Parts: sequence; C-alpha cells; structure tokens
Amino acid sequence: MPITTKISSIKFGILSPDEIRKMSVTTIMTSEVYDNDGAPIDGGVMDRRLGPIEPREICPVCGNTRDSCPGHFGRIELARPVIHVSFVKHIHMYLKTTCRACGRIKISETERQKYLELLKNLEELGIRYLEKRLFEYIRRKAAAAQKCPHCGAKQYKIRLEKPHTFYEDRGEEGQTKLSPIEIRARLEKIPDDDVRLLGGDPVDARPEWMVLTVLPVPPRAVRPSILLETGIRSEDDLTHKLVDIIRINNRLREHIETGAPNAIIEEEWELLQYHVTTYFDNEVPGISPAKHRSGKILKGIAQRLKGKEGRFRGNLSGKRVDFSARTVISPDPNLSINEVGVPIDIAKILTVPERVTPWNIDELRRYVLNGPEKWPGANYVIKPDGRKINLKYVDRKALAESLAPGFIVERHLKDGDIVLFNRQPSLHRISIMAHVARILPYKTFRLNLLVCPPYNADFDGDEMNLHVPQSEEARAEARLLMLVEKHILTPRYGGPIIGGLQDYISGAFLLTNKSTLLTREDVIDLLGVANYRGRLPEPAILKPGPYWTGKQLISLFIPKDFNYKRPAKIASASALRCIDEDCPHDSLVIIKRGEFLIGVLDKASIGREEPESFIHWLVKEYGEDMARLFMDYVYRMFLRYSEKHGFTMGYTNLLLPPEAKEHIRRIIEEKKKEVYELIDKYRRGELEPRPGRTLEETLEDEIIDLLSKKLLDDVADAITPYFTLTNPVIIMARTGARGNPVNLTQMAALLGQQTIRGRRIVRGYFNRTLPHFKPGDLGPEARGFVAHGFVDGLNPIEMFFHAAAGREGLTDTAVRTSQSGYMQRRLINALQDLRVEYDGTVRLPTGEIVQFRYGEDGVDPMKSDHGESVKIERVIEKIIGWRI
Amino acid sequence: MSKKQPNILEHELVPKHEILSPEEALEVLKELNIKPYQLPWISINDPVVKAIGARPGDIIRIIRKSPTAGETIAYRYVAVDTVKPKKKGA
Repeated sequence: MPITTKISSIKFGILSPDEIRKMSVTTIMTSEVYDNDGAPIDGGVMDRRLGPIEPREICPVCGNTRDSCPGHFGRIELARPVIHVSFVKHIHMYLKTTCRACGRIKISETERQKYLELLKNLEELGIRYLEKRLFEYIRRKAAAAQKCPHCGAKQYKIRLEKPHTFYEDRGEEGQTKLSPIEIRARLEKIPDDDVRLLGGDPVDARPEWMVLTVLPVPPRAVRPSILLETGIRSEDDLTHKLVDIIRINNRLREHIETGAPNAIIEEEWELLQYHVTTYFDNEVPGISPAKHRSGKILKGIAQRLKGKEGRFRGNLSGKRVDFSARTVISPDPNLSINEVGVPIDIAKILTVPERVTPWNIDELRRYVLNGPEKWPGANYVIKPDGRKINLKYVDRKALAESLAPGFIVERHLKDGDIVLFNRQPSLHRISIMAHVARILPYKTFRLNLLVCPPYNADFDGDEMNLHVPQSEEARAEARLLMLVEKHILTPRYGGPIIGGLQDYISGAFLLTNKSTLLTREDVIDLLGVANYRGRLPEPAILKPGPYWTGKQLISLFIPKDFNYKRPAKIASASALRCIDEDCPHDSLVIIKRGEFLIGVLDKASIGREEPESFIHWLVKEYGEDMARLFMDYVYRMFLRYSEKHGFTMGYTNLLLPPEAKEHIRRIIEEKKKEVYELIDKYRRGELEPRPGRTLEETLEDEIIDLLSKKLLDDVADAITPYFTLTNPVIIMARTGARGNPVNLTQMAALLGQQTIRGRRIVRGYFNRTLPHFKPGDLGPEARGFVAHGFVDGLNPIEMFFHAAAGREGLTDTAVRTSQSGYMQRRLINALQDLRVEYDGTVRLPTGEIVQFRYGEDGVDPMKSDHGESVKIERVIEKIIGWRI
Repeated sequence: MSKKQPNILEHELVPKHEILSPEEALEVLKELNIKPYQLPWISINDPVVKAIGARPGDIIRIIRKSPTAGETIAYRYVAVDTVKPKKKGA
C-alpha cells in the first residue's frame, strides 16, 4: 500500500487537568472493583465505560465491540495535588529560577526583553540548536539572583530531597517543606514568556501541569485481568496500583472533610504521593518499591516501557513472527551450498501463498486434495472474497473442484522454495542468508558444511531459524540479494568467506598430490560425484596401464582462459618451499589456460578467508554461479577422494621413537639446569635487573623466555625430522586443514610452561602453588611447567596447572563476548540510518553529510581486492599468465 | 606553560584548512545540493579554526592525504558549540 501521508514531526507535551477531564468518560471513585456476582462496579477501576474486553461485549460509550473500540480513559480526582516524579527535575528548575512571590523569572526586564528577542532571532534564523545553550545560560543566571528584580522579594535556596520533596532554606527561620499545593501555586504564576525563556512550552507543557490534581485512568484493555484455571481472577499490576491510589485518596478526602488533625492529613497525603509515584515508576531511587502481598515487585508504567523486554525494544523494534521454524542443524555435504534441508514435518506447517492461475491450477488442485496431512499439500485456501478456508475441516474434493483463478492456496513448502536461514547471534548480514529449500526426512535442518563459517555454526547441538517470505516481492529480493552465493565474498575486504575447510583441504591435497595416480574406476567415481558430463581426458600414464592424476581431474572444471600462479600453503614451511617450476616439493601452484600443471591444492588455493587465492579469482572473474557450482561439485570430489584414500589420524601417528624421546628429555634437562642456574644467580644477588623491572620480575621474565619460547622451539626442531608429509597429522597441519606445528609439539612432546596473564603460575598457598612443594620453591615444576605431552599423559600436578591456565582463556572469551555485543549494539544504533547516495556521499536521511565520498575513495570493499579498487598484478596474470 | 606556541598549521599531522570565499562556498553547496547546516560542523573553538581565523557561518575546505584515495577533500561548517566548552586545566 502506498503511503499517502507523511509524519512531518512529533511533539510531546504534558496533559493538562482540563484535557484529562475532557478525555475521560467517568470519574473513578470507589476502590471496589467487582460486586458479589463478579460484575464490574460502575465507578470502579474496571468500569465498563473504560472499554469492552470480553468478546461480543458492546462498549456503552462508543457502541463498538472489543475489536473496534479503542478503549476510553477515566479519571481520579485527587483530594490533594501530588507531584509527578518524572518531572521533579523540571519543577526544581522552575522553582529555582522564578520569584517565590510574583512568579516571574529572576532576570531584569531589559535583559528579559533582550533574551526574548534573541530567542526569536534564533528561531527565525533556523539555528535552534543554539537555543539549548541560551536556556542553560538564562537558567544559571536566574537561579543565582538573591532578590527578585521585579517585586524585590527576597529569594531563598530551594533544595530537592529525592525523590519528590522540596525544601526552602529560609535562613534563620530554618528549612520549610513546600507542599505540592504551594509548589503548584508558584508554578501557576509564571508568565508564558518566562516559561519560554527557560526552555519550556507554555502551550503544551505548562509547568503547573507537572503537579497532578487529576489522574487519568487508562482503559481496561491496557491492564487486562487474567482468569486463572481455578476461576480466580488475577488483576494487572496497574489495576492494583490504581485501587491503592483510590483507597488512600478516598480516605484522605474524608479526613479533610471531617476536619481531622493536620498530622493525619499530612501522613495520608504523603502516602498518596507514594502510591502515585510508584504507579508511574516503581524503580525510583530513594523509595522502597511497592510490592505484592507475595513480595513480588509491582510493574509501574515506566517498567512497561523500559529496557530490553520493554514496549520499545521488546514489542516495537522486535516482534515474534509467523511462518518461521527452528530446530537443530546437522551437516549434509551432498546439498548445494545454497540449499537447506527442511524436515518434512516442518514443511507441512510452513506455507507459501500461491495465487491460482490457468497454468498452475492442476498442480494446486493436487495440493488441495492432499490437504494438510500429506506432503506436498496445502493448509488453507483463500477465496476471492477474502474468506479463509481451513482444509482440515472441509470436503477437499469439492473445494479442489471449485478452485478457480483468483483463489489463493496456502500450499506446503516444497523443493525449490526460497527461505531465509539464520543463526544467532546475528552479528553481520551473512548471519541471515537465503537458501533454496529441499524437503528431507528426519527432524533436523541440513546444511552444506561450507556455509558453516558465515553463520559460525557447528553441529554440537546448534539450532537455527528459518523464515518463509510470503510475498512475491520478498521472494525476489531474497533471491537477488540474499542468496548464499551472493555472499561468498565478504563485504569486509572482498575475499572469500565461504571456502574449503578441514577435510576439504586435506582431501584436495591428497587428490592433487604428485604421488596420487587414479585408475579408470577411481576417475569415473570421482567425476560422477562431481556431476561431470563429457569425455574422460587422455590418461597421464599409459604403461603399465592407464592412470590419471588428480590435477587432470581438477583441470576439467577450470575455465579454459584461467591463469594462476601462487605458492601453496605447504610452501610456508621453508623445507617445502619452491622458488620456481623446477622443484621436487610441488608447492608452487601453476595453472595456465585452464590446465592445472604443477603444485598442490591446499588452504592457500581453495581455503576460506584466503584473499587472492584460486577460489577468490574464480568467484571474482567467473561469477557467483560458477563459483557455487565449483564448490558444490569439485569440493564434493575432494571429500570423496578423502574417503577413498581412507584419510584418518590416530594415536600412533604421534608416537616418537625412543631416541627422539631421549633427545627431548635432554633438551628439557638442559633448560631446567639453566633455570636453576638463574635462580642460584638471583639468590646470590648477582642477577642484573632489566631496565624498568625489579629483580624478581627480571628473573621471572628470563625463566619464561627460557621455558616457553626457547624450549619449545628447540623441541620442535628436534621432532620435525620424525614427521614427514606422509603423516596425516602433518598433512593437516601443513595444508592448513587443522592444527599447527605448535599443537603437534604439545601432543607428541610436551606442553611447556603454563601461564596466567603472561606470568608463571604463582597463586595458591603462601609462597607456593600447591602443598606438594616447599614454600619459596622457584623451580620449574613448582610454578606450572608441564614436561609431558598429551601422548605421554600429564601427571596430576601438571594437569592442575594446565587446567588453571586453560581457565584464563575461558573467562577471557566470556568477558569479550558480552563487551563486544554491547559495542555492536551501540554501533548499529548509531549507524543504521546512514546511506550512500547516488553522488557517492554518505548521508543521514535528513540530508546531513557524514562523508563526502564513501570511505574517502568510494570503493565498495566487497568488490575490491583487499581494499584496493584494482589489483594490477592480477590483471596482468589473467591476460598473459599463460606465457610467464 | 611556555609562551612560545608552535604554529599548529605547520605540523605534519594537521591537514590543510582553507576558508572558502562566499562564491566558492555557494558553489560547493550547490554541488552537494545542501544547506550549510547539513555539512559536518567544526567547533569555533577548534585550534585550527582559531589559527586560520574562521568565523561562525564560514565553510572550511580541508585537504587531506589519504592512504587509499591519495588526496581527499572535505568541508566543514564553522559553528558555535551547543554546550559551553569546559575550561582546560585548574
């Protein structure tokens, strides 16, 4: 629907007593709510005139039913005025700045005229932002005056005692409490122009309206009572509070009329003030919150609006929705990256409205016949007159017969429907992407492993949400903008965020490895998995029989004009580095004219978050559809080869021969000896402190240096000869599939020094970490040195230290997530309305400029190469790469 | 407190600021299709604004070096602070 009216501005004001009386339909006088029959009493807080709440109840005021009557306000005439807590600050300001006798602003007439003129000018010039400063200045000046410049009356200091009591400091006479009546009288005397000078609005927010003489009673629909199963009615907190107010108000009025002693009246007045205050806000500092009989704290009006679950953040910015589903996720490498497996039980509940046309009528008839229980069926039919028919309860055969163009069928979700898929926390736009539904048996959502990184999902019990767009427009948007393949490149820097991980990488390495030779059967199997249609390439080896290489298979899927040259990930280890083509390690990837010549595929070529990699150029140069198919088919081939190869890793892959263990033991002994020498040196007082550190700190620093860095490096050097690229652990670490050389030392050799906040472990008992050690022991074992690896196993003391150090990491992440979450919220709130206009500037919706050119250079990072708009090297490589 | 104040305009981290003539200013505003207040504001108390002697209502052109875009031009509208600036020191 087009928007025909536009809201140009919103203005907030304070209800005047007249307005409150005018909008009210009745005064509420009695604290009784229901009579003996349970019917609401007229003049009680549940008076029928406040609007109908039962179905088919007719409103006695407007004649509407529950659905169309907006509800009406009532009012309570207060026996004595009370202060509205939300305005105490403003009242205090008005009292301070105006004369206690004549009510005029405490500024001389000439100045007053000057400021009025100034204010008018500011308004006319359209520089209202300066008003704030002027008001602040006037207020300060007026509050400072000791004597009224108009009537000459002496002025006293007004003190606000939180939350709502004002005292006047009358010098020798002492402090006097100002009653709300006096306060209201003073506020009434302030002339309109003076209110304006103080930043107020005399038309919509007269200061005396901040002191209540009459209290509006909200409609019943605002505070519905709930009927418990036991038949007992339970009233809303606000209703309880209103009853309290009425009860005390009636008592107060009676006492005033009968001329009760002043002390009693004062006390009850104070109580009325308390009830009215807590009705508005039950979290005012300085007073005890009003409670239920059970001790539960009541919800005031302010509590309904405030905070995460309040009206604004909970109900207006965020709502619960229909056509959504949530369940556990599990992996399925056979789905396309843009598909999501939807359980059939869910598909029978989620529906898509489809309009009947001559072209789909037969199909939709079939769905209607199937009904809600049988997939693919339909749950509802909407007739052209707008009536919605539930297929559960009708003769579906007859309805299917009567189906005609113009009807809308709410059919079950079926294969090919577009849906939105989401995992919390939704930190960036790729936390919600559009997928193509695929209806599958069982009860979990299935997704391709390659889309785990953008959602940050794993399968240890994660759940995800799914939404079904209901309009053609929404579906088109989802398909064009939100589909998974549109997000392979991250808008952060233009690199691929979706790409190979874990088994895909080790599989790719094994497949493209020089020593991998494939028989005809292997090739057919692998190409079958990859959906290859075409002729087999010429085998690379003919004798003793036909054999193919993995690189040949990959070449079949590379575009014929693609050139690429880059070192593989395994080349980051200096022992495996290749400078040029003539190299035994095969760690330089060269593709010329779509022909995969040498090198191995690993993380550097097909991995995720690897800018300028093979997969990055493929996405960028051949488009997202090509990239999606490549990831669907070729990546599946990697996994298939991994399975054929039987890739696995076990305990035995980490065992070291005895001589290696002996070597490690010697290294550890040597380092320990060095540490003891250091400690001895320190004890003898011969240690030289490092600049800016104490002697003890120097000792600790040097020990940590020795035990963590130097020791682990030495050990790593000692064990590397025993692990070669045939070892699966090494394959994973070197190709970037999983783990790193440090993990390897930790498993095979030792964990090394454990630290907390970068220090050796010192906490525990006096001068020692555990009772197993002598007090003051500075040796490695006593301060958290772990001399065993996971293969050997840790002893109990070592395990304790390891757990203590591990805890630090856990607490750090716990703290970090909450902090970054809040930072994210603030950033989003600040930036959500910015947009890049057609002239390249970044502006607010009102036209204020934030940046004169988006990001200074106007480059869209998603389409850039790591922030650069063009990468010249790649352009050259692309065109003449086959020659160099 | 030394009496010799260095000239901040000569500092390498201070980009070039220049006050636009009314004609230039009008042209810039027309180019961007905005009213002056829709530009980002710069405080009249900003040290550079004081140093070049700009007055409220002036428009300043700032020419900056940028690692990604070479040289970028930004404009600022000189405005009086909404809140009175706190006195430094003491």
